[in-house]
Amino acid sequence: MSVFDGLKFRKVHSPIHNLDPRMKFIYVIALFVVAILFGQIIPLLALFVLQLPFVLLARVQRQWLRSLRGAAFLAAFIFVINIVTRFFYSGYVLTGADWEYSAAMSLRFVVLVESFSVFFLTTSPDHLGLALEQTRVPYEFSFAFTTAVRFVPVLAEEAQTIMDAQKARGLEMEKGNFMKKIRNYIPVLIPLIVSAIRRSLELAEAMESRAWGATKKRTNLYALKLHRGDFALLALTVGILAVSIYVYLFIPVPTLVELL
Amino acid sequence: MIEVEDVHYVYPSGVEALKGVSLAIKDGEFIAIMGQNGAGKTTLVKHFNGLLKPTQGNVRINGVDTRKASIAELARNVGFVFQNPDHQLFSETVEEEISFALKNFGFEPGVIEKRLDWALNLLGLTQYRKTSPFLLSGGERKRVALASVLAWDPQVLVLDEPTIGQDHQQKENLRQFIIQMQSQGKTVVIVTHDVEFVAECSPRVILMKEGKIVADGEGKEILTNPEVLAQSSIVLPQVAQIFTQLTALGLPKDVIDIYEAKEILLKALKERQK
Repeated sequence: MSVFDGLKFRKVHSPIHNLDPRMKFIYVIALFVVAILFGQIIPLLALFVLQLPFVLLARVQRQWLRSLRGAAFLAAFIFVINIVTRFFYSGYVLTGADWEYSAAMSLRFVVLVESFSVFFLTTSPDHLGLALEQTRVPYEFSFAFTTAVRFVPVLAEEAQTIMDAQKARGLEMEKGNFMKKIRNYIPVLIPLIVSAIRRSLELAEAMESRAWGATKKRTNLYALKLHRGDFALLALTVGILAVSIYVYLFIPVPTLVELL
Repeated sequence: MIEVEDVHYVYPSGVEALKGVSLAIKDGEFIAIMGQNGAGKTTLVKHFNGLLKPTQGNVRINGVDTRKASIAELARNVGFVFQNPDHQLFSETVEEEISFALKNFGFEPGVIEKRLDWALNLLGLTQYRKTSPFLLSGGERKRVALASVLAWDPQVLVLDEPTIGQDHQQKENLRQFIIQMQSQGKTVVIVTHDVEFVAECSPRVILMKEGKIVADGEGKEILTNPEVLAQSSIVLPQVAQIFTQLTALGLPKDVIDIYEAKEILLKALKERQK
């Protein structure tokens, strides 16, 4: 469940937490685009390093590291898959470039995870909903979205409790062959799904009884306003995008193998 | 025999839930662990079947260090019934739900059949044998969860908040059931907020606060001590409240049992009439 921990918002006061979620989202999307644009390890490393100041400024290092640890397994999986396919494609030989390419692919995944992690760690679900509303997303959708985000940690905690309850009845999750291991999850998944459905029905009733959707035009107690920091972030985002596109179009990015 | 030796436990989030707890529970004892939310009650009992391993210190069940045994091995001796039955029910029928653990522990089919009948009968669930647990009422689901643990006949039974959401009659049934377990020499540990229930059962009470044990002794002694209880924001049981108000009449203060209270009051009244 450590991946979820890396996405769970905790209230901290920091310059990053105070940034406008819309700007942060644009920044994350820009990072996403740049990460997809480059398949070489050097720009991806640069992107990775670029986010460290954000993590440190927001003081979420511990949770952030945990999300990385959670992503490590999939990253390793991506690495192995790449190595294996390259091995077969290139006629059963592996060059330094193959290793580097595979490493770059898993690094790309890590960069995507870490940027989303920073975004969710520093943006409260309330702010996120507000941002969606102010960008004219219909309230039904923004509400559904924020509720989903809000319930992720709740569900993760519940999954842990259910796992404990079944282990206490002698279920050994790690035991058996591959098929058995998958079947071992049934006693965890069924209670989890049943309780999620039950919870959503209860939530719907609670919302109806508090007049959800009574007026078409909702007002908000808080409104998001852009501050100096937000414009700075926007400038940074545009800068990163501009530099990346320029490099992508006009400068051939060398691989590590070529440099050495 | 459960031995807890200066146990500290720190959750991965960094919260220190237990700060040096030491405790010995003998076979056949009946124990109520009480305290506020977040006092560390559930964290402590999760150490008894190895769901949690101490960060520091030792927990030994019948002399076996919980670090050296798997949860399944420990669970064979320590049955743990969770607070919310919905966190464990998943089978299509009550019958399958109850035999789940028996299969996990590798019982023979013949034995499973016998244990199943026994557990269904013990908790009055025989007529629901082929019913889906999801169609049962809250109280019945709680009984299925209890039966599914009892079925393998563990030496120690840990019940997390067994009285929540139960009406008075169901609580009385639970009390009778615990007495029955006791007479079979089982160790019963309940984690609860329910002062009245504890007063009626009169077990050994362990009071926790902020990850430490603040009091450990007879229910009668602890539940009539307002200073100790106030530390854990627990209110005196009703009977004890009456008797603390009546000390001027020369009545004893340490009364929590209704029947004992009746006897004392009747005696006092008779003396007055003379």
